[in-house]
Amino acid sequence: MTAVTAPKVRQARNLRIGREVGIVVAMVLLLAATAIRNPGFLGAQSLRDLLLGSAILVVLAVGQTMVVITRNVDLSVGSILGLVAFATGKLFVAQPGLPIVLAVLAGIGLGVVCGALNGGLVAVAQVPSLVITLGTLYVFRGVDYAWAAGQQINAADMPPGFLRFGSATVLGIPWLAVVAAVVLIAAGLFLRSYRSGRDLYAIGSQPAAATLSGIPVGRRVFAVFAVNGALAGLAGVLYAARFGTVDATAGTGLELQVVAAVVVGGVAIFGGSGSVWGAALGALLLTTIGSSLAVLRINPFWQQAVVGALILAAIGLDRLLAVRMARRLRGRSHA
Amino acid sequence: MTSLLRLQQVSKSFGAVAALRDAQLDLAAGEVHALVGENGAGKSTLVKILAGVHRPDAGTVTLDGREVTFAGPAEALAAGIAVIYQEPTLFPDLSVAENIFVGRQPVQAGRRIDTAEMRRRSVALFRRLGVQLDPDRPARGLSIADQQLVEIAKSLSYDARILVMDEPTAALSGVEVDRLFAVVRALRDGGAAVLFISHRFDEVFALCRRVTVMRDGRWVATSPIGELTVDTLVRQMVGRDIATLFPKQDAETREVLLDVRGLTRAGVFADVSFTVRGGEIVALAGLVGAGRSEVVRAVFGIEKYDAGQVLVAGERLPPGRPAAAIAAGLALVPEDRRQQGLVMELSVERNATLTRRWQLSRFGFLPLRRELAAAREWTRKLQVKAGRLSDPVSTLSGGNQQKVVLAKWLSTTPRVLIVDEPTRGIDVGTKAEVHRLMSQLAADGVAVLMVSSELPEVLGMADRVLVMHEGRLVADIARDAADEESVMYAATGQQ
Repeated sequence: MTAVTAPKVRQARNLRIGREVGIVVAMVLLLAATAIRNPGFLGAQSLRDLLLGSAILVVLAVGQTMVVITRNVDLSVGSILGLVAFATGKLFVAQPGLPIVLAVLAGIGLGVVCGALNGGLVAVAQVPSLVITLGTLYVFRGVDYAWAAGQQINAADMPPGFLRFGSATVLGIPWLAVVAAVVLIAAGLFLRSYRSGRDLYAIGSQPAAATLSGIPVGRRVFAVFAVNGALAGLAGVLYAARFGTVDATAGTGLELQVVAAVVVGGVAIFGGSGSVWGAALGALLLTTIGSSLAVLRINPFWQQAVVGALILAAIGLDRLLAVRMARRLRGRSHA
Repeated sequence: MTSLLRLQQVSKSFGAVAALRDAQLDLAAGEVHALVGENGAGKSTLVKILAGVHRPDAGTVTLDGREVTFAGPAEALAAGIAVIYQEPTLFPDLSVAENIFVGRQPVQAGRRIDTAEMRRRSVALFRRLGVQLDPDRPARGLSIADQQLVEIAKSLSYDARILVMDEPTAALSGVEVDRLFAVVRALRDGGAAVLFISHRFDEVFALCRRVTVMRDGRWVATSPIGELTVDTLVRQMVGRDIATLFPKQDAETREVLLDVRGLTRAGVFADVSFTVRGGEIVALAGLVGAGRSEVVRAVFGIEKYDAGQVLVAGERLPPGRPAAAIAAGLALVPEDRRQQGLVMELSVERNATLTRRWQLSRFGFLPLRRELAAAREWTRKLQVKAGRLSDPVSTLSGGNQQKVVLAKWLSTTPRVLIVDEPTRGIDVGTKAEVHRLMSQLAADGVAVLMVSSELPEVLGMADRVLVMHEGRLVADIARDAADEESVMYAATGQQ
């Protein structure tokens, strides 16, 4: 009996890392191609714009990654973002002097409530989360519409400090990007180095085995939806700060961009594998495509087709890597 | 001898099926205790009650003299009961080391997982088992034997006082089995109780001090190993009144209808050749995992095969095409009627006519009246007890569901009928009816191939018994020569 030799395993691990390198390469190529057309595209300002533009998507992608790892999905994040963004505006209208920190906490709190509703329904009803969150997608949006009743929150309704937070930079980096980076690093550490984080991978990898191993599957899934709700809430506050103008349609359709970023980032849609780093790179790549195509003067209608092609390419790549990894890991000769 | 764990009068039903009836078990500290019985005797249900997966409907579980109830697997683990399940419970995406320690990874300051420590402990466990496995590789792609070794390492890592092993050796080689036995003996000498479930009698006799036999969900006997022989053990496992349950008619055998030649699928079954004649019932016996279902599924074309051929009445069947098999007169009543045999949400009539939709149609339309008439004819023939034919088939009892599956296939008037576990999980009365039906079909000239794990059924119904062991056909026993011992010996790979 011989064990799988160490080089084989190292190769397999390299394949995994190769997945993230692939996105970086794609992004570098895209940036290079765009910069040839327009050298200004690599300037500090436009890079800053890219970071600012992707911050909200990164926050959402991090939350979605945790959900997808458990073999679930949350389609209601766009609606939660919209609801929280509008609520934040309303809060400032009612309490103009409110400290920003409290507004952020209130937004996160509302997000948690929405997420907990999702998680509770998924855990109790034993219905696939795809269906549950498709339902809450419309429910949250409906509440948003009913509450807004056609009004719009304008930048003038929000305190200047809050709006500055949405566009200002620290050491040249937008505050929003700093927040997204903090969320990303915290989630990355949690998923890699904490028991409950690893439980999420176990649940998505083999749900029945997770139950037999004594993992509290229902509680973990509930918590992951609540956390995702919290992040969608945070993203809602960031949205209000960045754009200043919020009506009931804010964030409509955003959930599909988030899922796209997660899939492009190499998170397996059937759970069990993937990282927030990959998902964040996916979000960054999608944002870059949006800006690049504008610079390259490509008809914006093509953007959707490009994103679609990218998703298909990512899935094809994942399949290829999985097959190659399986081939390398197989073959323990029986003595 | 002090009793560490005791189960008394434990009963458990799943719907209408009673899996355990007044079962009992007594485990002492420092003993290896064997639990044996046929497939379906209730061993796995008993294990899952010990593990906290199922809660008993009635009866008590006593640990250290105190009555306990487990709300879930976590509580059973906390009480010191670790289980190696028959079906693998690994996480393919996690590393081997994480698979062992999932939910209990060693942590360092700040509750962060200490991967170095986890790796060190995994290597130590593997050294104890005398195997070399890379703790960092993902579990995906591990061979069955290696998966089993990881499971064993995982159960050792619990330092459990009670270790339940549900067929741990099924996939292991001789050397690995010897290592495992050495570890089990060391655990026993350390004061742990080991419940050892195995179909291999040599292992039971080599390792265990006492044997508990179960049959039909009931406790039969618990005896010291010294008072038993293989013969007495098999008799305890099998013994029951066979005559009435198996109304076997004698039929004249006719020409060969099913001819399977050298069927091979790498790693699953190899060089399987046999024939079934019209009027004959041939049983395919063997242990779970011997490859029987895979063979019949390949014959029917649901699964691929790498080499060999299948002939029906002399004509070669194209591989991998169930439609061609049906057209040639083959019918397969699958093993798992809920997943493979029926569309549970559809009505009884829809299910019963599913195989004949095109025959019954006129110009592409399926008139409701024709469908209903056909369904009525067959459900009457098979005496299906259903409220209305428009009720969902999921509302029927297991036995009646099985009759609907049979109706669905018999209505195609097959020449070759393949039935996979035809009476699993159905009550005795319906069992006898299904058997009568198979016998009648054979008498009418149909070739019947029956996969069954129930020895009495095999012996009671079959004209010939083919026995498979680890993917190969190892015996072809005529009805007169077939008995419990000869089939069991062949199925467990003994000569």
